[in-house]
Formats: sequence, C-alpha cells, structure tokens
Amino acid sequence: MRHMRPLNKKAARIDNYVASRIEDVVGLQDRPAPNQRPHVPMGCTLMFSPGWEVDASGGTAGLCQPVERDIYDCYATCYWPAQVPDHMNDAPDWTAKCASATKDWRNLDLVFP
Amino acid sequence: MIAVDTRVYRLGEFRSFDSAGARFLYLVPAGAIFAVDSTVGKLIECLAPGQLPHEQLVDTLAAGGLSIDDAEELIEEMYHAGVIFADGSTPEPPQKLPDVFPIQTLVMNLTNQCNLSCQYCYEFGEDKIATPEGKKKFMDIETAKASVDFLLGQSGDRRSIHITFFGGETLMNFPLLKQVVAYGNERAKEQERHIDFSLTTNATLLTPSIIEFLSEHRIGVTVSMDGPKEMHDHLRVFANGKGSYDIIEPKVRALIQNHRTRPITARVTLTSGVSNVIRIFRHLKQDLGFHEVGFAPVTTSPNQLYAINATGMDSVLDQFHTLADEYLEYALRGESHGFSNVSDTLAELCQGVNKSHPCGAGLGLLGVGPSGDLAPCHRFVDSDAHALGHISTGIDKEKQSDFLTRGHIDSKYDCHTCWARPLCAGGCHHEAFVRYGDTGHPNLHYCDWIRDWTETCLKVYGAIAAKNPEFLQQFAERKTAE
Repeated sequence: MRHMRPLNKKAARIDNYVASRIEDVVGLQDRPAPNQRPHVPMGCTLMFSPGWEVDASGGTAGLCQPVERDIYDCYATCYWPAQVPDHMNDAPDWTAKCASATKDWRNLDLVFP
Repeated sequence: MIAVDTRVYRLGEFRSFDSAGARFLYLVPAGAIFAVDSTVGKLIECLAPGQLPHEQLVDTLAAGGLSIDDAEELIEEMYHAGVIFADGSTPEPPQKLPDVFPIQTLVMNLTNQCNLSCQYCYEFGEDKIATPEGKKKFMDIETAKASVDFLLGQSGDRRSIHITFFGGETLMNFPLLKQVVAYGNERAKEQERHIDFSLTTNATLLTPSIIEFLSEHRIGVTVSMDGPKEMHDHLRVFANGKGSYDIIEPKVRALIQNHRTRPITARVTLTSGVSNVIRIFRHLKQDLGFHEVGFAPVTTSPNQLYAINATGMDSVLDQFHTLADEYLEYALRGESHGFSNVSDTLAELCQGVNKSHPCGAGLGLLGVGPSGDLAPCHRFVDSDAHALGHISTGIDKEKQSDFLTRGHIDSKYDCHTCWARPLCAGGCHHEAFVRYGDTGHPNLHYCDWIRDWTETCLKVYGAIAAKNPEFLQQFAERKTAE
C-alpha cells in the first residue's frame, strides 16, 4: 500500500489482501497473495515459439501479440486448417520479415481474414 | 460488491494516534496497526463530519491538493483496508468457536492450603468464591497423573504444552510437584512432544535444593511480592499478623542468583495502602533483581478497605505512564526494561490479537483443584458453582459452553462500541464475578483505565516501530512457539 505501512502481523495480512484487490502487477519474489497466483508462465518455455505463451490467468487474452489465432509454430511447421495466417493460401509472406523468431517476432503482424 | 462510483463512504472503526512525530491507525475490528501518511489524515478529515458519495469525496480530496488519480487510489486503498466503509460494508462478525478446542495449559492447584494469610486473597479473603469444605486439601499423585494424562489427551495436535503449578501455596506440596515434573516429562517424551512448567509461589518455603531443582528443570517462577518491606508486610502476613518480607527477602535473592535457566518474575497486587508503583518497581527490579515485574490492582468488591478507589487508580496509572516512558527509552536503546505490563501488551499488539474472550480460561486453559475438579482457571478452582467437570469424567461440555457463551465479546453489549475491546474483551471473568456476580459481565469499573493504558501502549508500540523496529522482533513469535 502506498499510504499505510503495516506494523503488526494483522496489518501485514491486510496489506496482502489490499494488494490482491488493487494491484495487478506483483513481483514473484514478493510472494503474491493466493488470489493473485499463478504468476508463472505455463506454456512451453524451452523453445521460443511466439503465440504459445500464456498470461497470468493461464489464457492468452492478456497477451499483446501474436494472438492465439496467429500461432507461429502452426504457420511454419504444423499447419492446421483454421489458422488465420495460412501460408498456403492467404498469407504466404507472413514471416517474410521474421528470419529468426527470437529476434524478429515483433514483425509478425496481426492478420485479418 | 458495490460499484465504485455509486459507493457512499463513511469512516470505519479505528483509533488514530500520534507518537514520535508520526501518525498511526489502530484498526479495531482487525487489531491491525499501521503507520499512515498525511493523505490518510486528509481523508479522515473529509469523512469526519459524515458520509460522502464517491465523486464528492474525490472532489473534496482534489480540492485539498491531491490529483484525481491519487485521490481515487487513496480511496480504493482505504476502502479495501477497512479504514473507510461503504454503504452496507461492515467487518465480518467474529468467528464462531470451534466445537473442539485443544487445551494447551493446565493450572494445577497442588494444594488449597497456604502458610500466609494475605487479607486480600481471593481464595480465602472476604470475596472468596471457593467452597473447599469437605474436599481434599492436597492433591494426590493419582489425581496429578490423571491431570497430566488429561492435558496430553485434550491438547490435540499441539506439540508444546504447559503446566502451571499453583496453590494455596504451591511449595507446600513440593514433593508432588517433583513427581509431576518427572511424570510429565516422561509422558511428553513418549509422544515426542514438549512440556514446560512454571509455578507461582509466595517464596516463604524456598530452599537451596528447591531452587536447584527449579533451575535444573527449567521451571519458570513467579513470586507474589508487593514491594519493599513496609508495603509487602502491609497485607502479605502470616496468620499471627507478622509480615513475610524478612523471611522471603534472602530466599528471593538466592532464587534470582541461582535459578539461571528462566527469567524470574515478580507479580505485585496493588491495594489502597500499596500503590507506590514506582518505588515498588525500583525495589523489585533494581534492589532484588527480578527480570520482570508485573502489577495488577487487587480483585475485590468495591467496599473492601484495601480496594483502590478511582483517585488511587488515577495515581497508579500516572506512575504506569512514567514507567512506560522509561520502557520506551530502554527499548529504543535495545535494552530490556522489565515492566511486564508494557511488554505483555506489546506482545498482544504485535500479534494483532482480537479476542473473543478476555483470556484462555475455559478454552485453551483450565484449572484443576486438589480434588480433581476442573475449573475455568486457577481463580475458580474449588468453587462448586463454577466447576466445569472432573478430571476423571472430563469437561462438562454444557457448563463449559455456558461459561464461554456468557464470556464471549458478542454477549457484552457495553463493549461493542469500545475501541479497546480487541485486547480487553470485557476483562477478567473472575473479577467480573466478584464485582457483578456474573462471569460474563464486562468489567465496567475499569473501562477508562483500560482505554488509557491501551492507548499508552499503542504509542509505545508506534514509537518503537518507527525508531527501533528490531526490538519488536522478540514479540513476533508467540510465547508458545509450537
């Protein structure tokens, strides 16, 4: 809290509670209150694959880009029929500016069908 | 949940206080203590005249110099912390007592006999409630062992349990005490649990071998002692009227010198003739060397000659203030002062206690008399009217429930608007019975003093937290660690 500093055990508990109600960014090292967890990425983090990350809630709604319909790995290596940047038909050049995903992933633009 | 912009705010329940140049809040329903900045003060000022809708509160704060964003953030923080309430939001009511509550402490009255005849004694004096006629005067080993087994059986998964020996005069049954220590240690070891012991004594029967035993077995000792000779001998006398100071003084010195494993505490009973707190403290702490000295006004009906009247209590409180100031100076230097009325309160403030009952009597603590009768605590031992069962048959759940229901803060309507209730919870059940004939009656005769003393200790706590917070670490752990 910005305006009150907890001085006893009960106040520390209130401090945690308030943080969980009004603060949406927490440091993992601060041991977030239970209702703020998990704050860990739950997707595969062993390889870099834009679009597979998940946000704090375990979903993808909080990610900026790419969104789940533009998953890079699906485009390049694992085509599935519903994906939007379809390299065979609609968006053959989607990764043209992305020679290396780890460096150039910002160049993967949203594709609108 | 009320939408933010339709909330109508009012002040929550708290006590605001200043100490060491800083401002603090004591949140009453929680028992939480916060250091607050000046903007919190502004918010409180805005709502002091009455409630305000969200927009108007933001505007008022903005007019006072806060940006809109800062005002919104401040309000949100204070709302969730419970400093301000909105519409129907109120603190949750106290939790209901669990059906099974583990017992952690058993006070064993080894005897109801005493070699002194202190006039104010609650066990034998004018206000006594004990009915010892026809009952055992000394506890026997079977009852004592059954008591230890009872405690171990009723203490649930507590790893650490405690036995306090009491009387009468505890040391009049020292042979039994030794047996209980041996038996308790043996049984606790079998169960891989920790048991510790303490006792209260008038010190008249202490001998070098007893002191050695107490030290060797880490038995905590509290000596009932009322100060220097002329004060101590005022009421703490033998049956022939002779004072007990000269007998106990060398024994107390020997105890403090030779019992090295636990701090030795003095417990002073203040009466109309014995109320020079500072002189008593100096004598017990500095001349005799007690580690801690605690004071309590005598429990009595108001018409007893030795009862302290309101003027006398004001003087006592003034002297408490002096010692509390001194305590703070010591604490800021990181030193121990020894005035346990302050340290006991600081320990409770550090935990942020919010009591449903004034103490653990009948809940986590029970007394057992020489005959094996169970009582809410040592003060009710041997009183038929207050017995809560027998060691052989266990706790009488119906009587226990009645005692706890009457003693619960919910039943004490006078307390519901008092900000000191988290610590006081209406005060001692026994004192209430002596004064009002009902263990569940709030002790209204000392409300002002309790509030004054609580505020004094809050200020000491705030000042220490601001200037030497490390000192409070010692209170962070509960007395019983496990």
